[in-house]
Amino acid sequence: MKRALFYLLIILLALYCTGPLLWQFITSLKPDTELTKLPPILPKSPTMDNYISIFTGHPFLRIILNSAIVAASTTTLSLILGSLCAFGLAKLRIGYKGLILGFVLSVSMFPPIATVSPLYIIIRALGLRDTLFALIITYTTFSLPLSIWVLTNFFREIPDEIYLAARVDGCTPFQVFYKIMLPLAAPGIFATAILVFIFSWNEFLFALTFTSTVASRTIPVGIALFPGLHEVPWGDIAAASVVVTIPLIILVFAFQKRIIEGLTAGSIRG
Amino acid sequence: MRDEERGRWFVMPSLVLLSIVTIYPLIYVLYLSLQRRLLIFDVSRFIGIDNYLFLLKDDRFFNAFKNTLYFTIMSVTLELLLGLAIALLINRSFRMKGLMRAIVLIPWAIPTVVSAKMWEWIYNTDFGILNYLLGVKINWLGSPFWAINAAVFMDVWKTTPFVVILLTAGLQVIPKDLYQAARVDGAGRWDIFTRIVLPLLKPVILVVLIFRTLDAFRVFDAIYVLTGGGPANTTETLSIYAYKVLFQTLQFGYGSTLAVVVFLCTGGISIFYIRMLSRGVRL
Repeated sequence: MKRALFYLLIILLALYCTGPLLWQFITSLKPDTELTKLPPILPKSPTMDNYISIFTGHPFLRIILNSAIVAASTTTLSLILGSLCAFGLAKLRIGYKGLILGFVLSVSMFPPIATVSPLYIIIRALGLRDTLFALIITYTTFSLPLSIWVLTNFFREIPDEIYLAARVDGCTPFQVFYKIMLPLAAPGIFATAILVFIFSWNEFLFALTFTSTVASRTIPVGIALFPGLHEVPWGDIAAASVVVTIPLIILVFAFQKRIIEGLTAGSIRG
Repeated sequence: MRDEERGRWFVMPSLVLLSIVTIYPLIYVLYLSLQRRLLIFDVSRFIGIDNYLFLLKDDRFFNAFKNTLYFTIMSVTLELLLGLAIALLINRSFRMKGLMRAIVLIPWAIPTVVSAKMWEWIYNTDFGILNYLLGVKINWLGSPFWAINAAVFMDVWKTTPFVVILLTAGLQVIPKDLYQAARVDGAGRWDIFTRIVLPLLKPVILVVLIFRTLDAFRVFDAIYVLTGGGPANTTETLSIYAYKVLFQTLQFGYGSTLAVVVFLCTGGISIFYIRMLSRGVRL
C-alpha cells in the first residue's frame, strides 16, 4: 500500500517534469486547423508540416548552426582558460589565492543586465556587433567563474604528491598540467563542458542585444522573435522548441551523473 | 623562474579576460549612470547624480522593484519547499532511480526561452491545455493578478530541479546510522526531519538560497518572453525595465542607473547570505 503511494507520487513527479514538453511535442504534430480545437488532446491527423515549415520557410538551420558554433567555441575557450587557472589555484603557489577566488566568485554573481549597456557600446565601437565573435567572448567570460570554480574543486582532489613527484622527475608545471593533471581530471572537465555548453546554448539577454540579423542570431533569440504572418505560429514554435531541446535531453539522459557532479561541485563543495 | 611566478602565468589569462569583460564594463556603467546619454541623437552629457534623483521619483521603478521582490520571494520559497519534498521523495532507493533523476533534470536543461514559449501556449486562454484541464476560462497572462503568479509558477517548474539536485547531494552526506540511531531512540518521522535532517541540511539550503535568490532577483528572459512585462507593467521586473529603457528608448544614461541599482541589490543580497553562511559554519 505504502509502496503503491510512493510510486504514484513518482509517476506524478515524472508527469509534472515532462508534461509541458510533451504538450509542446503533441502541439508540434498538429496541423494548423487542429491547434484551435481542444478537445481532442491528441492530434487526429498527425503531421510533420510544422517541422518542414521551420526548415524551409525560415533560416532555422542557420540559427541552429550559429548556436552550435557559439556553444562549441565557448566551451573550448572556457575550458582551456578555466583549467589553466584552476590548476594554478589548486596546485601552484600563488599570492592572493583567496582574493582571486573571491573575485571569480563575485563575478558569477554579477547580474548580466548591469554590464550589457557598456558591453553593447564597446562592441559597437569595435565593429563587432552582429558577429558570433562578440557572443563567444562574452559567454567565455561569464562562464569562466563556473569553469574555474568546478575545476579547482576537481584538481584539489588529485593528491599533491602526484604533482610533486612529477616535478621531481623533471616535468615543468605546464607539462604536469597537460600530461598528468588533465587526464586525471577528465571526468571533471567533461562535467564542466556540459554545463558551459548548456549555458551558452540557452543564453538570451546578450544574444538579444548583440545580434540584429540572422547572420549571428542564436536559438533563444530565434525562438523568442519567431516571425508570424498574422498570428503567433504556435505549431512552428512548438516544432522549433522540440528540435532545439532534443540535444539537451540527450545530454541529460546520457550524462545525468556528470551533470549532477558538476552542479554540486560548483556550489556545495565550494 | 620561481614557482610563484610560473603560477601567475596559469591564472593570468582568465583574470585578464574577466577584468576586461566584467570589471571594465562595471566601471563604465557607473560612469554612464551619471550621464544623460541618448544613443540615437548622439547626446552625451555629464549630469552628476540627476539620474539617481529622478529614480527616487520614478513610480515605474518602484513598481518594478515591488514586482521583482514579489517574484523573488514567492518563487524562491516555493522552489525550496517543493525541492525539499522532491529531494526527500527520490532520495529513497527504488528501481529506475537514475532514470528518475534524469527526468527531474529535464526542466533545468530546457532553454529558458523555450520554457517561456511553452508556458505561454499552456496558459493560452482559448486553446491552452491548462484551462482545458481545469475546466475554466481564465486569462492567465492578461489579468494583473494571475500574470505575475503564472510567471512564478513557470519559474518554479523550471528551476526546482536545481534545488532538488543540490539538496539530494546534501541528503546523501547525512550518515545512515544517524537515522537508525534516532529511530532506535523512538524518534518519529517528523522528529527525524526537523531535528536531524533540517539542521544538517542548513548549509546546503543556504547555498541553494544564495543561487536561487540572485537568479530570481535578476530575472529577465523568462518573464520578458512570457509576458513582455505586461499586462500594464504588472510583471515588469527591474531587469526588464532596465532593458526597455536601454534598448527600446535608447536612454543609456538612465538605463545604466537602473542597471547599477540591480547590481547594488544583488551585491547586498550576496553579502547578506555570505555572512549568514560563514556564521553558520563557525557554530
